[in-house]
Amino acid sequence: MSAEFDHRHAAHCETGAMSSMLRHHGLDISEPMVFGLASGLTYAYIPLVKINGLPLIAYRTPPRMIIRALSRRIPGLKMNFQKFRKPQQGEAGLNHLLDQGQVVGLQTSVFFLPYFPENMRFHFNAHNLLVYAREEGAYRISDPVFSHVVTVDPPSLSRARFAKGALAPKGLLYYPVSVPETIDYPTLLPKAIRFTAKINGPKSPVPIAGVKGIARVARNIRGLDRVEARKAHLYLGHIVRMQEEIGTGGGGFRFMYAAFLQEAAEILGSSLLDEAAQEMSRIGDEWRLFALMCARKSKARYDDTFDSIADQLDKIAGLEGELFLRLMSLR
Amino acid sequence: MKSQDIPQDQAESLGGETKVIYAESEGGRIEINQTSGWEVEELVLEQALGEIERLSQDALARGRQGLTSPLEYHMYHQRMDLPMLAQAVGRFQWWVKRDFDPRRFAACSEAKLAGYAQVLGIDVATLKRLPDGGAE
Repeated sequence: MSAEFDHRHAAHCETGAMSSMLRHHGLDISEPMVFGLASGLTYAYIPLVKINGLPLIAYRTPPRMIIRALSRRIPGLKMNFQKFRKPQQGEAGLNHLLDQGQVVGLQTSVFFLPYFPENMRFHFNAHNLLVYAREEGAYRISDPVFSHVVTVDPPSLSRARFAKGALAPKGLLYYPVSVPETIDYPTLLPKAIRFTAKINGPKSPVPIAGVKGIARVARNIRGLDRVEARKAHLYLGHIVRMQEEIGTGGGGFRFMYAAFLQEAAEILGSSLLDEAAQEMSRIGDEWRLFALMCARKSKARYDDTFDSIADQLDKIAGLEGELFLRLMSLR
Repeated sequence: MKSQDIPQDQAESLGGETKVIYAESEGGRIEINQTSGWEVEELVLEQALGEIERLSQDALARGRQGLTSPLEYHMYHQRMDLPMLAQAVGRFQWWVKRDFDPRRFAACSEAKLAGYAQVLGIDVATLKRLPDGGAE
């Protein structure tokens, strides 16, 4: 089978996979729209969960949440999820769907995917990609974070699907069983935006999320003077990697959310949202500056201090807090 | 960010690939753009890889002196750490850590070694020994 697939390069794997998959099924929806409708934007500081000994700092909701939130929010969108015990069963399940002409989403590890550049291969188990065809000895894959389609040999794909450890994919595959022709944006958009604003705003019920989480990390950074320099710099570097490197579209998803707000503003004809989009884009710039300051600190070539970096973070928390309060009044 | 301000720093780690970044075009539309990398990202990535390298070289040196088993070296070399490896084989950390003892490691069953090798993505023969010669 030599099916062609309308591959689009995306910023983030999960939103990109959903956007491409739905477009394949006739529902034209952009990556930012997927991200926004699923209320993907957040900030979470989770000191109990460690990655290489450093606390988890996330700029978006946990893996799989975007797909699940989207299918909960959009009436008529039904996704089928399937996990497997054994790699052989997983491969057979995938082949069966592909032979029916289905485009299949997979959760995989990044480490075992041969087409990833060596330096990007980490044990991150919640990557998403689409398989759109198979042929002798190869799967044709549309990986959203690559500019072009790729092929993978079956043993490598199987290893990536059945990688063990945190967020183990267990061969998870997904595909839509029903896709609506249109989306009722005037009803859904304000709901999704208010939800994001509430969770991340100053009145959030979750003390480690949103602006409260940002303030906590700022407090942490102020205390880094008491920590060994190597560890302090690794911590800052870790924050920056979560924000920029891990497929966020820049500024820890803030630029992508700005794109979403702009799209929403056009659909709803709302000047409030249009201004919010501009403001979110500016906030993204502040996040980029924060990343730059963190990186400069470890080079010790500039006079950034832990206090000045924390100040920058507090400034961001203030700006986001104000914006989210305004967005909560959206009707 | 304005699209003309997008960094295009030809990041080595991307191996010639590009990434997507959302930025404002001249007309104020926020849309998809390509970037060949940002030196800030490259710097923090090098830092993280350098730390992994430091840990694996340290484990390699101790392994050569017979103070730790090859498992510790391969764990770091394959970009894992003790919590990750323990979670991957579905055991407590102390259970895995015991096998850093060279004598204990030498007595491990093939099945147990195969379990480690599988999650590390190497074969058992490689797992059993340290690499030859100088730093890899």
